[in-house]
Amino acid sequence: MMKVVTSEHQEKMSCLGLPLRSFRRLGRIVLIACHGMGQALIMLGSATLYIRTVWRPRARREVVDQLYITGIKSLGVISVVAVFTGMILALQTGLELRRYGQEEFIGSAVAVSVIREMGPFMTGLIIAASVGSAIAAQLGTMAVSEEIAALEVMSINPNRFLVMPRLVALALMMPILTVYTNMLGIIGGGIVGATQLGVSFQVYLDNATRYAENKDLFVGLFKSLVFGIIIATVACHQGLMTSEGAVGVGRATRQTVITSFLFILIVGYMITRLFYI
Amino acid sequence: MIAFENVTKRLGGKLILDDVSFEVPKGETFVIVGLSGAGKSVTLKHMIHLLVPDSGVVRIGDDVISRARGLELERMRSRFGVLFQGAALLQWLSVFENVALPLREHTKMSEEKIQKTVLKKLNMLNMQEAVDKYPSDLSGGMQKRVGLARAIVMNPEIVLYDEPTSGLDPVTSRLIDGLIDNLRNELGITSVVVTHDLHSALSIGARIMMIDGGKIVENATPHDFIESKNETVKRFLESQYITRRGNWEKGMESHV
Repeated sequence: MMKVVTSEHQEKMSCLGLPLRSFRRLGRIVLIACHGMGQALIMLGSATLYIRTVWRPRARREVVDQLYITGIKSLGVISVVAVFTGMILALQTGLELRRYGQEEFIGSAVAVSVIREMGPFMTGLIIAASVGSAIAAQLGTMAVSEEIAALEVMSINPNRFLVMPRLVALALMMPILTVYTNMLGIIGGGIVGATQLGVSFQVYLDNATRYAENKDLFVGLFKSLVFGIIIATVACHQGLMTSEGAVGVGRATRQTVITSFLFILIVGYMITRLFYI
Repeated sequence: MIAFENVTKRLGGKLILDDVSFEVPKGETFVIVGLSGAGKSVTLKHMIHLLVPDSGVVRIGDDVISRARGLELERMRSRFGVLFQGAALLQWLSVFENVALPLREHTKMSEEKIQKTVLKKLNMLNMQEAVDKYPSDLSGGMQKRVGLARAIVMNPEIVLYDEPTSGLDPVTSRLIDGLIDNLRNELGITSVVVTHDLHSALSIGARIMMIDGGKIVENATPHDFIESKNETVKRFLESQYITRRGNWEKGMESHV
């Protein structure tokens, strides 16, 4: 009798086994994600509190170094991407508008898209892929070679010494780079308008300035500031938490790019919704 | 000076330290030996609160470092200097800046005084020539000497050495052993050395403790250690061709 009950029980459990296992795995993933997010937010809070020490000579030097890496060293790739983003937008929109004889309005379409969305979005993706991954790789290498432990033993808080300068640099530089991306994107659109669609640069610019509002610019800049904070937080957290040698550094770098991209998309959508609906 | 009281630690579900208790007397060089993965570095990390025990207590003098937090932990850590296995120098700072870092972060010394102090420590370790170089320009042995200069620049009471001779050629290894011995003799520093190099352990240690499988299998003076009846210790000695006292005594004479 017992045998029968046991086999029935086992049969039931095997039917439930797969969903249960999947549920358990999902729960574990959610717990790990929440734990990681909590750690990252604590790190962000701690680094934010240390911003008051930014005027110390050593911190100032580190911030300037990070501003240089984030800003000047990213200008090349940002320039190319910005110009081509504007050109593609102008070409796609212009071809559609031409069907209705309204191609002179590409200026407004490109300007509004670039300033509201594409400028901060493209800048965020480029900086996440170039600067974010570099930060994760650098801090990750420091973690596996015990340099972070050495700082802790010397009572030098890594959140002040390493995270704060990167956070300040990214939060300052992202809006500046976004303005630069916006300008080049609009110029790129203008080039396509003038050379491919027969819209003079003057008409293009008139339309661009007429329909783009200050609000678009400010929301775009706010987004870029938030993206900068997201990239710095994700990259520093992934870097500092790195373990397991070179494999771990590779994992941290990849995870930084993926997580930053996801947050940029989701938070970007939420900010747009907040200000425009 | 340093006391472990019934310390147990699990990492990734594996028992690394199993109810470990020992004491490191003040001013002594205490060596911890064992095979890779035996729990030597884990023991060392407990001394500076890079790891905390699951149960048990780690004391530094009257302070319980294993339960310390915040400023109290900073104060206790200021009693230590640590030479990490790979030296752990910050790669974007020069040799001078690396050694000067603790002084710049924790003292109000003038730049002139910092320069004087750093050069003095680098001189002690015969590294004054490398002052403007970067860690990537230095050999493994030179990096360790710079790491040692950084560890002692704040004049700590205790210096911890994690595998100070690993990855170094025998000549440089004996040179590092000599430096550790000199620091103890000249500055009266309490030293804890983690190594699997028995030649080094027998040369510099006042006491040698062997850990195996998370437990202490021997804790003795060098003389008693090589005459230990413990099978694990015997195998460990034999694996490094140390069967007679003469082997290590010669080694010690060569660098003193």
